[in-house]
Amino acid sequence: MPEQDLLYFEDMSPGTIFPLGPKDVTADEIIAFAMEFDPQPMHIDAEAGAASILGGLAASGWHTCAMMMRMMADSYLLRTAAEGAPGIDHVRWRKPVLAGDVLSGETRVLEARESRSRPGIGIVSLRHELRNQIGDTVIESENPVMVRLRPQEGGEA
Amino acid sequence: MSIETDYELGVRRDLGSHVFTAEAIIAFARQFDPQRFHVDAEAAKNTVFGGLCASGWHTSATWMKLNIRSIENDVAKAQADGRTPPEFGPSPGIRNIRWFKPVFAGDEIRYSRINRGARPLNSRPGWSVLETSAEAHDKAGNIVMSFDSAVLIKLPEAGD
Repeated sequence: MPEQDLLYFEDMSPGTIFPLGPKDVTADEIIAFAMEFDPQPMHIDAEAGAASILGGLAASGWHTCAMMMRMMADSYLLRTAAEGAPGIDHVRWRKPVLAGDVLSGETRVLEARESRSRPGIGIVSLRHELRNQIGDTVIESENPVMVRLRPQEGGEA
Repeated sequence: MSIETDYELGVRRDLGSHVFTAEAIIAFARQFDPQRFHVDAEAAKNTVFGGLCASGWHTSATWMKLNIRSIENDVAKAQADGRTPPEFGPSPGIRNIRWFKPVFAGDEIRYSRINRGARPLNSRPGWSVLETSAEAHDKAGNIVMSFDSAVLIKLPEAGD
């Protein structure tokens, strides 16, 4: 992507909103992820899921996080001068994500400040939320991400 | 059976180790986190990480993989000994995920779990919330990841 088309720190002022999704959640994807990372019965077997507290074949919470990560990448991260995230403040799995659900939501910029220790880098605090097709919030999360400042014209490359 | 005796509160439980191959790092990242430092070894050289490294979600989900394996072994052992194993429910969430250092292709990462405590859940009689800390270390002993999680757990009735 040409440098001038990238989103930089200056493009992520507090209040900026990026839409996430929609994403269809399929039984095949739920089972494939769970077989590798979280093979509990309610994540790999529809009947066991229906009999569980979750009420159906339910995505592993880690899968929901990974799906949300992909939605962020597609919405804005891949066109952002991002340098990774040091971690995640919290993830709340508010409702089960079930096979057949359609997830959508948004990332909102909460706060943005320049790094004191690393010139040219800003720390942007993000809040993410996904809802299912009936409007129930299924996941909420907050994390900081490092984003480069826009290069100065005429400055060093 | 009690949380204190059977859940080794405050004791670090080794969950085994996992080697992150370049192929697996790229396969996970292409599906879930296709940032350049996770999918392209050449492009990764020019980033802050300096090389191809695993998505933090890949590193963290692998803790779950080894944690589930450990729990399955415990359940099988309990059943073999004629004891009733606990039942696990969903998790309300995780906090304080820290990705301290990148996990590069070829790194062998060792995972562990420390059960911090448990409290009965008023809304679901018989169930408790078990609080756990997760950690991952590289071969040199450096911590690469940690987080705090919670999970619903139903202990067998007394006498089981």
